[in-house]
Amino acid sequence: MPDDMTARQATLPADNGMSPEALRRLESMAAAARRRRRLQAALPWMVIVGMFVVWEIAVRAFDVPQFVLPAPSDIAASMVKWWVPLLDNSWQTLMTTLIGFGFAIVFGLLLGVAIGSSTLLYHGLYPLLIGFNSIPKVAVVPILVIWFGIGTVPAVITAFLISFFPIMVNVATGIATVEPELRDVLRALGARHSDIIRKVGLPRAMPYFFASLKISITVAFVGSIIAETVAANKGIGHLMILASSRFDVPLVFAGLMMTAIMGVAMYVAAVAIENRTTGWAMRGQNDQQQVKFGGA
Amino acid sequence: MERPFVEITGVAMRYGGVEGTLALQGTTMDVRKGEFIAVVGPSGCGKSTLMRLVTGLWPATAGNVVVAGQEVTGPLSIAGMAFQNPTLLPWRNILDNVMLPLEVVEPHRRRLRAERATYEARARDLLALVGLGGFEQKFPWQLSGGMQQRASLCRALIHEPALLMLDEPFAALDIFTREDLWAVLQDVWMARRPTVILVTHDLREAAYLADRVLVMSSRPGRIIAERIVDFPRPRTLETTYKPEFVSLVHDLREYISAARKGEEVVNA
Repeated sequence: MPDDMTARQATLPADNGMSPEALRRLESMAAAARRRRRLQAALPWMVIVGMFVVWEIAVRAFDVPQFVLPAPSDIAASMVKWWVPLLDNSWQTLMTTLIGFGFAIVFGLLLGVAIGSSTLLYHGLYPLLIGFNSIPKVAVVPILVIWFGIGTVPAVITAFLISFFPIMVNVATGIATVEPELRDVLRALGARHSDIIRKVGLPRAMPYFFASLKISITVAFVGSIIAETVAANKGIGHLMILASSRFDVPLVFAGLMMTAIMGVAMYVAAVAIENRTTGWAMRGQNDQQQVKFGGA
Repeated sequence: MERPFVEITGVAMRYGGVEGTLALQGTTMDVRKGEFIAVVGPSGCGKSTLMRLVTGLWPATAGNVVVAGQEVTGPLSIAGMAFQNPTLLPWRNILDNVMLPLEVVEPHRRRLRAERATYEARARDLLALVGLGGFEQKFPWQLSGGMQQRASLCRALIHEPALLMLDEPFAALDIFTREDLWAVLQDVWMARRPTVILVTHDLREAAYLADRVLVMSSRPGRIIAERIVDFPRPRTLETTYKPEFVSLVHDLREYISAARKGEEVVNA
């Protein structure tokens, strides 16, 4: 296959004797790839901006009243006007969420390791945990208020309750699905159960764990905001309830925007951590290319 | 005559309780120290079960297994194992993968930290022996299937096990890679002389590598035939085209056919 051969030779570093034809072809391929990557990077922003533009036009064209759906420009104006309370309450929500999420990570990891490494614990605890998880968290908030009063604590606990389950399930799955053959290799060496968990189970569970962080951090925001709308005197959920009681719909939407921004920022942080720590689990196109040319 | 290294006497294995599948029954075999044994048999005859019994990963339902003069009651902790699937850890490079057993097996476990350089040199030597010199820092997914299997062999050998259990280690490889690895395995065996039990479907592989080939019946598995293979070592691909080799493989094939039909075979 002459085409294939040219491409392969052209990709090898410092390979002389490339024909001008091959060079030109390679150059155009690289340019096409660059264009594609730029488009991919720009696309999310274009979609977001596009959405706001369509929204703005639609609101103006159909003359939608502000208390039904405010235009993005109204929301922006409201954000500028109320930036101090917005930032203040966002900070409160962010802290609440992160504290609850932190507890969720600790307990999710511990319980996940426990039920992932012991079939007995798994069968004993899993039904109960499923039961807890299927309770709508809004229903728990009033109980938390009775126990802890109105304020930050119920919000922290709600964020914890809602975000802990995905972490636990994922860690348990990662540990429980160690290949039986690998387990045999280690057991035949006299490895203890704890050795297998430490050397194989835990590293293996890490991609599952980081994948679950992405889900968990977003639902943790759901948890804390639910609690804040029911029973709090601070936080973005509380602010939105106050604003809606005054029919200040632009401010409600401004609160939504802040929540979305925080959620996305946390998600991006989780992805960045995931890529740094468990890159081995996501072999990209480049690595595979490398295998083709560099391998035997 | 000295006592065999592995003695398996009247072993039976049944899965899933009284009504379960009987995988092995009345299996008896001996393996001398430093001997290379191949076990062949029709599919599903309990060859892999036999391996797990010998290494003590599973307890036998009847009979007993004695390794190095000791009755096997739990995992052996001296056996090196390799399977059809290389099962390398994707987050470790090849060198660290090969060194994994040293982090588990005593006494290396205790010494590893202090004598890391010595152990690392040992792992590098082993990798060079199987033709993986220079690939220490690569990750498993950067290597081809054959290279991963070589690394897996190194992992099975790094702690210099007295007993090496190979469960169809080359079954997933193409024929050329497989033949290369036969030579590699033979080199390693001749250099270190571990006791090897190789389970395989490939009769040429068994004839090429083993000192003795055992044929198992279909389920419940039992040893129904035994052939001494006395071709001089090192054997080469040339050996596999000799008439004696071809006729041995032919005989083995006959045993397997008979075993699949359930006929008795007279020991040759």
